[in-house]
Amino acid sequence: MEKILEVKDLELSFHTFAGEVKAIRGVNFDLLKGETLAIVGESGSGKSVTTKSIMRLLPEHSSEFKNGQILFNGKDLTKLTDREMQKIRGKDISMIFQDPMTSLNPTMPIGKQIMEPILKHRNVSKSVAHKEAVDLLRLVGMPKPEARMKQYPHQFSGGQRQRIVIAIALACNPQVLIADEPTTALDVTIQAQILELMKDLQKKINTSIIFITHDLGVVANVADRVAVMYGGKIVEIGTVDEIFYNPQHPYTWGLLSSMPSLDTAEEKLYAIPGTPPDLLSPPKGDAFALRSDYAMKIDLEEVPPFFKVSDTHYAATWLLHPDAPQVDPPLAIRERMKKYPGSRYYEGTEGGTY
Amino acid sequence: MTKYMIRRIVYMFITLFLIASATFFLMKALPGSPISSAPKLSPSQLAMVEAKYGLDEPVPVQYAKYMLNLAKGDLGNSFQFKNASVTELIMNRLGPSVLIGTQGLILGVAIGILLGMIAALRQNTVWDYGSTLIAIIGISIPSFVFATLLQYWLAVEWGLFPVGLWKDGWMSSILPSVALAMGPLATASRFIRTEMIEVLSSDYITLAKSKGASGFEIAFKHAFRNALIPLVTVLGPLAAGLVTGSLVIEQIFAIPGIGEQFVKAITSNDFSIIMGTTLFYSVLLIVIIFVVDVLYGIIDPRIRLSGGSK
Repeated sequence: MEKILEVKDLELSFHTFAGEVKAIRGVNFDLLKGETLAIVGESGSGKSVTTKSIMRLLPEHSSEFKNGQILFNGKDLTKLTDREMQKIRGKDISMIFQDPMTSLNPTMPIGKQIMEPILKHRNVSKSVAHKEAVDLLRLVGMPKPEARMKQYPHQFSGGQRQRIVIAIALACNPQVLIADEPTTALDVTIQAQILELMKDLQKKINTSIIFITHDLGVVANVADRVAVMYGGKIVEIGTVDEIFYNPQHPYTWGLLSSMPSLDTAEEKLYAIPGTPPDLLSPPKGDAFALRSDYAMKIDLEEVPPFFKVSDTHYAATWLLHPDAPQVDPPLAIRERMKKYPGSRYYEGTEGGTY
Repeated sequence: MTKYMIRRIVYMFITLFLIASATFFLMKALPGSPISSAPKLSPSQLAMVEAKYGLDEPVPVQYAKYMLNLAKGDLGNSFQFKNASVTELIMNRLGPSVLIGTQGLILGVAIGILLGMIAALRQNTVWDYGSTLIAIIGISIPSFVFATLLQYWLAVEWGLFPVGLWKDGWMSSILPSVALAMGPLATASRFIRTEMIEVLSSDYITLAKSKGASGFEIAFKHAFRNALIPLVTVLGPLAAGLVTGSLVIEQIFAIPGIGEQFVKAITSNDFSIIMGTTLFYSVLLIVIIFVVDVLYGIIDPRIRLSGGSK
């Protein structure tokens, strides 16, 4: 499949009073046309920063690209001027934000906010833009769209506001849609509606989606592929099945184990011990080593490279090195692996991959 | 909305009544009377004049009489100024005061907004520091100092503007307006700067940016209106400051305005003028505050609706 976005060796730092914070420390991934790539990881792992840097939405004066490229249809976004970037934002790449309660302008009617990117990027008249905005509202499932165009954000509920934000993001049929935890601030029933809506719309306009979340339940629901981020790096990337049923990195094990499940008899929910690394002075070696039960001596000294698990599945852990000892992942993970044909714990009898 | 308006108007009258009463008694508590500054009168003549104007009656009776007249819209007659009616005296002098007051406010707020915007958009640059410096000067130096400096340099030394009086039409209003504008300018620029910086870091600005809006569009279409809200709140007090400022400024430029008359009336214990002018200023401020509240609703739709439905 065609690659629409390639992030290569991306390194980005923030300059703060305390010093240089290395928020992204060499990130590589591709986004294919029409797919949904989920980026998961805990707070501070760099997932939002990665996507904001694709949109170049980070404050110019305090953030700096240290290395790498972001190729969008072959064009390096890190090299574009602000004016060139404005032509891409909202048209080719657009974004849905985390908190719909604060992401709409409180003093502007929502119709005008939806019409803005249409008028900006496409050479159409106001009446055409108005009609399209109404259509977009209808598309995202807003009842009586015509009447609601003149209303202000405070007259809508949280779920409705997120629908409006989605309408804005879709206004110019973007090739890439970045959804930065779009359901985190919504309650669970609304979450499901919004996720359904995004899946439907993706089919309709065939856009690629980068979906940032820390909710693995959501990932299983929407994603084709998953990238797991930790300490400003991607530590494991693969298809949903590979990440959920054949995870290789101890951090992915930890993440999956800390996901509540109806199948296990465990009363206490697992939590990964320790705290995320301080990116002001990133640790040597594998950033997760200090919190990992499976850390080896080399983990504290050298950064693990990506080891290939399958054509689509890579993980950065020394455990995959041919010389590494065989370790058994936690019980919950072994249970998962039993269901996956490619894994060493596969029991084969249960049929299917799920 | 009508209910809200009616309630507001009732409150306005209550406020006025309280101001009128307080001013009346405070004034009576001061030593001296309008006539005591005329030493040539003999005690018997004094008593006659006092009786004529009802000044010999007990204070509560005087108060009741004054309030009754006030309710009828009669502010009484001046003790000086050829016994003319207070209403007439105020009306005759309204023009210059209103002109320099509104010009001062508009000029100050407009330039203040501009400076504040520049400072916020060019944060921590020379522009920002320059604007801050102007604001500090504007806040810390009283308007009469500016008035004197402007008068000395621009009028006396360079002869660009009339030194004082109200004889050259609009030209006469420029220097006093500029002197008055410095206060509002400083306040407006600080408020706008702080609020713009706050607004520019909010989520909806990031969203506007992600739509592809340019820096100019973000600043003026999205941020500006939201940044105006706190400034509107202080417009009332700012206008009040101008009223008091104009008392001094009119003296310095010898402008025949209300303020100048007011000061004269105070020094000569002209009760009815003091009362009338105080009430006039009060009405002015109450109306300004009312207008500000309405403006609030126009700028911020959230306030408009919650205020209207109550």
